[in-house]
Amino acid sequence: MKTKNLILFALISSFFLIFLVSIWKILATLQGLDIQNFNLQIVFIFGLLISFANLRIGNKIKIFYKSIIFSLIFVICDGYIIQKLPLWYNIGIFLVLYFFVNKINKYSFEDLKQEHSTQVIFFDFLTLFGILFFSFVILFPFYMMLITSFKTQIALLVNPLDFSINFTQDLRDLFNSYFVIFKSYKFGKYIITSSIVSVGTVFITLFFAIPAAYAIARLNFFGKTFLSTSILIIYMFPAIVLVIPLYTIFSQLGLRNSIWGLLIVYTATTLPVAIYMLQGYFKSIPKELEEAAIMDKLSWFGIISKIIIPLSIPAISSVALYVFMIAWNEFLFSLMFLDNPNSFTLSRAIQYLSGDAETPRQYLMAGSVIVTLPVLFIFVYFEKYLVSGLTAGSVKG
Amino acid sequence: MKNTLANNEKKTAYILTLPAVALVFAIILFPIFANVWISFKEVELKDIRIPEPRAKKIIKSISEDPSKIKILYKLRNSSLLQEIRDVSFQDKFPKNFKIEELDTRCEYKKFTLKCKFGNWPAKYRENFQVVFETNDGSKINKKDLKSTKPSLNGTSDNILLNTTFTLKNFKKVLFDDEFIDLLLTTFYYTFFGTVGSIIFGILTAQMVNQKFYGRTFMRSVLLFPYVAPVVALAYTWELLLDPNSGTLNSLLINYQVIETPINLLGQKYVEINILGFDFKLRLALTTVIMFEIWRYFPLAFLFILARLQAIPKELYEAADVDGASPFQKFFNITLPQITAVISILFMIRFIWNFNKFEDVFLLTGGASGTRTLPINVYQQGFAISDIGMGSAVSIVIVVLLLLFMFFYFKLLGKRVDEN
Repeated sequence: MKTKNLILFALISSFFLIFLVSIWKILATLQGLDIQNFNLQIVFIFGLLISFANLRIGNKIKIFYKSIIFSLIFVICDGYIIQKLPLWYNIGIFLVLYFFVNKINKYSFEDLKQEHSTQVIFFDFLTLFGILFFSFVILFPFYMMLITSFKTQIALLVNPLDFSINFTQDLRDLFNSYFVIFKSYKFGKYIITSSIVSVGTVFITLFFAIPAAYAIARLNFFGKTFLSTSILIIYMFPAIVLVIPLYTIFSQLGLRNSIWGLLIVYTATTLPVAIYMLQGYFKSIPKELEEAAIMDKLSWFGIISKIIIPLSIPAISSVALYVFMIAWNEFLFSLMFLDNPNSFTLSRAIQYLSGDAETPRQYLMAGSVIVTLPVLFIFVYFEKYLVSGLTAGSVKG
Repeated sequence: MKNTLANNEKKTAYILTLPAVALVFAIILFPIFANVWISFKEVELKDIRIPEPRAKKIIKSISEDPSKIKILYKLRNSSLLQEIRDVSFQDKFPKNFKIEELDTRCEYKKFTLKCKFGNWPAKYRENFQVVFETNDGSKINKKDLKSTKPSLNGTSDNILLNTTFTLKNFKKVLFDDEFIDLLLTTFYYTFFGTVGSIIFGILTAQMVNQKFYGRTFMRSVLLFPYVAPVVALAYTWELLLDPNSGTLNSLLINYQVIETPINLLGQKYVEINILGFDFKLRLALTTVIMFEIWRYFPLAFLFILARLQAIPKELYEAADVDGASPFQKFFNITLPQITAVISILFMIRFIWNFNKFEDVFLLTGGASGTRTLPINVYQQGFAISDIGMGSAVSIVIVVLLLLFMFFYFKLLGKRVDEN
């Protein structure tokens, strides 16, 4: 039993080490280092040796010295004997190993004797593995987007693996793609159009949604339950089904290629979510406040503007942020309704850019960075509000 | 007294909800009915443009006499297919203008030229010319004339509003050779995309539910693919997977994993040999599904995480006392607690994935075996420009979705009864 646990522990930790080292090697390759081999076998053997040795030594040596010794041995083999690699790479490998030894140091012989110890270790390492794996898989495309926007066409074609940026060059050269898309492709105009459409959608949606949500949350009227359930059903309804009829109607009314057309459609598609989220919040406001207001003979307009809105600023702002993000990211309707470059939104403009096969990719990526940054910024900054709203089932996608 | 209060309340409620309901009705519900209507018609993209009478005003000065001016109107029917009936024309002129000779179809009163041109057939063109002269012999300012524009009116048939119907579109959609293939592709895309995103959602939620340094940061990072704009993400992936100079292929070649680059988004099939069995994997479709999973697992993650955090700690403590292993705890405590969330998630994601258009459109445009039903709506409606066919395909989507929901709820209802 003990040997089995010991072997499993060593295997799991070696695989984890392989994974850690490989990620670092990939990142180093992308900085222009010529690494053509992961040396998986060697790393694996090192992983086994280190985990056995670590168990053997236990707490006889202080963890700090122990980690440094193991890491140094690995660095000397990997970065100097097998392949001569620069110092910054070796410092990275050293830190990776230091982290690894600290992680496996948690487990001792006594732990391995316990019941389910391999499963516990497996889950621990799976969590660690998952954190690194998902961070890598998710952040890598964003990282690539950013880096590519700073490169030149030639650099991209010569070595697609070179992700290093030369910061010593002139700032004008570094941000060249951004200058070009603003100058030759009118991205300034698209940013303004996108902002007007998104902010406009937010205001119109709130203007319609707040009274409706209040009525659903507070007042008694015939058809109330029907209304509140149909909101959710309408929310599920696919946009692709609306596209053709709206296209024909809008062409005949002359609403295509106009900001108004987009505003109307975006408002209608975000209204159900907004009403649903707001009425949930309005219900949580104590009724007594309004009863006092009714005694004071305040009209419903007064109640909404003087009591409900001031009390639900957090909910309203989170709805506003959502609606903004939905409108900003929206692509399907802007593809269908806009074909005149003068009225493009950002998303549509980027798609239009890519339609021309000659467009250099760094311009495309610079455009992508511009369209992504505001959304990510809003999201990270207001994360707390947004996550609670997201779980209420809001952003459609 | 009480009755009036209740009535008042009702009235207020209707006033408050009416604008929102009206807007949603006009933009979401009405188009769905319109879709049914259009799907039974033979309409093409070019038919939906309403024919308009148009006039281009050209001003020519007459060199020998500066007090005279010639105005040429290039009249035409904008439609190549339909006639316009009872075209009327109107244009205004400065107060000192006198017309030289009047066309029989027109009259000149109060410095306004009004004409009735009758019916214009399709492609109709005419050069209509009038000569003016000032009654006081003063010079004519061309700019004043250019600033006023003629207005034209006319009536024409709207092909969408007549009552000729046909079943042709549905016949074409349902008996098309590729219809089964289309359905299967859509089903694969939807099903594997949904299941994959739920599995990754469970894994990540389980992961973030543990305590570790940087947990809140990790939670926001996990949501990045979900909140970032599709356009940016799709093009980044396209660049990443590009066969010629994409990062992924270059990396794989650099580490000698593969010898020739793989066109992950442009190759329909790849032959795989597992345990002696050859089978064909739909490569481009698989890649698109991967993107789908990558982009939408955060939603599953959030829902499941919220549920996990609501599971009472006592359950796990009791399991610890009983000496349960982590796997046992997961399968016997966690999983039963999150099945309700998963079944809701499955339905939501299934419906949304079934209708997903942007992702596939931006990545492959529906080429190399990734044509799903929503892509087909677009291709029929706008690439082949057959609006009627596009509508028919979207009606098929709605019917399939309703069927799915019906059976799903029936199944769910049964399981609830059993418990």
